[in-house]
Amino acid sequence: MSDGTIVRPYGDTTGDGMVQTSFTLPVPPGPRADGAALQLAQKMGIEPAMVVHSHGIGGGGGTAGDGAAFTFFVVYGSVRHLVDLAAVQVEERAYPLLSPSEVNAAIKTRLRRSLVVLGACIGTDAHTVGIDAILNLKGFAGEKGLEYYREMQVANLGAQVGVADLVRTARDRRADAVLVSQVVTQRDAHLRNTRELAGAFREAMGESRPLLVVGGPRFDPAMAAELGVDKVFGRGTTPGEVASYLVSALVPAEEPA
Amino acid sequence: MSGKLALNPVLVARARELAARAAAPVVELAQAHTTVSVERAVLRLAGLTGTDPVTGDGPEQDRVPWVNRVVDAVRDQVGLESGVALPVWHALTSGAAGSLPELAEQVGAGTARFAVPTDPEPAREAARAAVAAGIAWIDANRARRDELVTTLGDPPRRPWIYLIVATGDIHEDIPQAQAAARAGADVIAVIRSTGQSLLDYVPEGATRTGYAGTYATQENFRLMRAALDDVSRELGRYVRLTNYASGLCMPEIAVLAGLERLDMMLNDAMYGILFRDINPRRTFVDQRFSRMVHARAGIVINTGEDNYLTTADAVDEAHTVTVSQLLNERLAHEAGLEDWQLGLGHAFEIDPDRPESFRLELAHALLARGLFPDAPLKWMPPTKHMTGDVFRGYLLDGFFNLAGVLTGQGILLVGMMTEAVVTPWLSDRDLALRNVRYVLDAAGNLAEDFHPQPGGFIDRRAHTVLAEAVDLLERIADHPQGLIQAIADGTFGITRRSPDGGKGLDGVVRLAPDAYNPALELLEGVRV
Ligand code: B12
Repeated sequence: MSDGTIVRPYGDTTGDGMVQTSFTLPVPPGPRADGAALQLAQKMGIEPAMVVHSHGIGGGGGTAGDGAAFTFFVVYGSVRHLVDLAAVQVEERAYPLLSPSEVNAAIKTRLRRSLVVLGACIGTDAHTVGIDAILNLKGFAGEKGLEYYREMQVANLGAQVGVADLVRTARDRRADAVLVSQVVTQRDAHLRNTRELAGAFREAMGESRPLLVVGGPRFDPAMAAELGVDKVFGRGTTPGEVASYLVSALVPAEEPA
Repeated sequence: MSGKLALNPVLVARARELAARAAAPVVELAQAHTTVSVERAVLRLAGLTGTDPVTGDGPEQDRVPWVNRVVDAVRDQVGLESGVALPVWHALTSGAAGSLPELAEQVGAGTARFAVPTDPEPAREAARAAVAAGIAWIDANRARRDELVTTLGDPPRRPWIYLIVATGDIHEDIPQAQAAARAGADVIAVIRSTGQSLLDYVPEGATRTGYAGTYATQENFRLMRAALDDVSRELGRYVRLTNYASGLCMPEIAVLAGLERLDMMLNDAMYGILFRDINPRRTFVDQRFSRMVHARAGIVINTGEDNYLTTADAVDEAHTVTVSQLLNERLAHEAGLEDWQLGLGHAFEIDPDRPESFRLELAHALLARGLFPDAPLKWMPPTKHMTGDVFRGYLLDGFFNLAGVLTGQGILLVGMMTEAVVTPWLSDRDLALRNVRYVLDAAGNLAEDFHPQPGGFIDRRAHTVLAEAVDLLERIADHPQGLIQAIADGTFGITRRSPDGGKGLDGVVRLAPDAYNPALELLEGVRV
């Protein structure tokens, strides 16, 4: 704390390191279960730790009846660990945030044609609210969606679109960018589908493939390279961020001579 | 409970009359067509099960069911305009095959020959007898349920507590479902794997590989029902089982539900159209047949109006929920379902940052209660405005539970504080049940003392929504295509679906005058 880059969690006093966590262990409730929870807490770096609450789950007859095979815990305590702010790594936005009129102007003067954007939700995922938030006029968080941008030609293909269809449509319409949403993540469905997407575009179009952008609430934005796409957006993304990124990635920096 | 709001009876009657008019084109459409899934359902009622071993050497669930093979073969050879029953039972009565499974084998071997008989009587009679056996099985299950409810008992109070399990693996779902029942759930729903709605067949066998849900198969139904029967006996109350008749196989899944004594089924007239992009015609034909089967099986249906509020605003579009409930009610009655079988859906989805959001919720919930006094309304928890702030989510779920008891809801789907984060953990479910239990114990009878002021905020809001619903129904009913046009216009869930778009249209067939469907005949026969 002395040099300002080291911090600890704050309970009610600077430097007290207090955290609160909850978890379940597959152990029947009782002193042994509480002891097991303390052991885990200590291994997590919480010391001293207090099991402030525990109850059995799964017993007969309602609340914590006999025969519960699991115990739920709430633990409070002070963590030993220090946070070094100087060592924090985040995906910093590597492009300037532009207003819709700046985006339009950039495309018009520097690309000199409209930017073709395709959007879809692939696989069996039927969640469209996320991609709609980015694309539809109505937009998200007070920002208009990409359809509002005069210099963009946007087609939203909706949900449950097959990858092969998407590749074909992208080629037919000479898409500059393909935006794909993935919301269901059970068994890593979103990662599998994204890799499949990247593979299919690579195979069909090689270097001339469109810019591939994926998004969804459980994606880690740092994963783009690993997944074989150009950019990953996570939860709370706004249309303006996406539009600004598209300009930085697809529109030449200078006006053509 | 219906007396909480003094709804204008003239307006209510008008709303129902308009709903009947708006739904009429849908009923006509359903009566004039059949679908591949309706025809497969007929074969399932007649006892045809299993898959064609030649269609894959992976797990059974990936192979093509015999009912698909037979219906496709009939379609290829003679078309489905007359239905599958006449050609199939003609083959059986004329001695070409000794039994339905044997005929299926012939289809597999490519030797089956189908024809529509010139004298249909023998084939009709044989088909009727075969399908009657399946319906008798469904009747027996209904009687068995009644008996179990009488001996074991119903849940002690309303609303019934409805909980979802969704591991993808039926053998993992079973202990979770039993644990949930022990912890107080009255109804267990096994949510389906993503993508099942788009399969034009019902997978076979016990399955362990679903995504965000478990496949609906006859064997999975049987295993789960048996497990819940065990736990019902242990607990001394009948624990109900729910699954989903939606997607491309509504009729078949409805039949399987009847055959395996499921107790409730999600069955919405529009959900597949709006949220899975299934062709409207396909859905309407399938929907009618599946509801007739549910009616016979004594199954309570759950409709899906709550979903509209995930894509549309819960206040601006509140009246579309009311309109849809009225349409679902109309289509359900037409298919033979009675009021006690109508778990009409609605939800607590108003933005919690909006001032007076709780009073608005109460107004909407009371309106549904007042309009459908004898239906066990299905009350759905907040989902759209749930965030990673699970603490706020827990509070919101508490208010949802309170609104449920204050407004006399019939079935309460338990909200999870981790809604925006994961499919529920064991502890999420447990904490959620504690939330429900606290509210029911603390305020379960508060409805007795809750009388919104006539002319007050809640009363006025309910009337506004009803008036908006009637306005919208006027517009829908005025169009010759009624509801079909309204869906094309994006009236529900701000999602537009054209009657010729979407998946599964190629499975819809216009019926010829000589068409015969023994299941329809038997199911319609008993209706008043
Ligand atoms: C609405 C909803 C539905 C609706 C969807 C309606 C529709 N037309 O979209 C309906 C009712 C149909 C539905 C169905 C199901 N759902 Co759902 N649903 C939700 C819910 C409540 C809200 C999602 C939402 O709309 N969020 C609002 C949008 C704006 O946020 P967003 O998607 O995160 O998008 C933002 C960012 O992520 C980003 N973004 C997203 N996509 C993209 C794409 C690009 C290119 C970019 C740049 C950015 C971007 O930008 C957006 C704006 O900031 C969530 C729970 C929750 N509260 O999150 C569950 C949830 C997503 N659903 C879930 C599940 C499991 C299902 C079902 C599979 C259940 C089932 N077994 O039947 C089915 C899906 C069937 C299928 N085939 O997909 C789970 C997913 C669990 C998981 N992580 O795997 C959730 C989390 C609920 C839960 N806890 O179980 N659902």
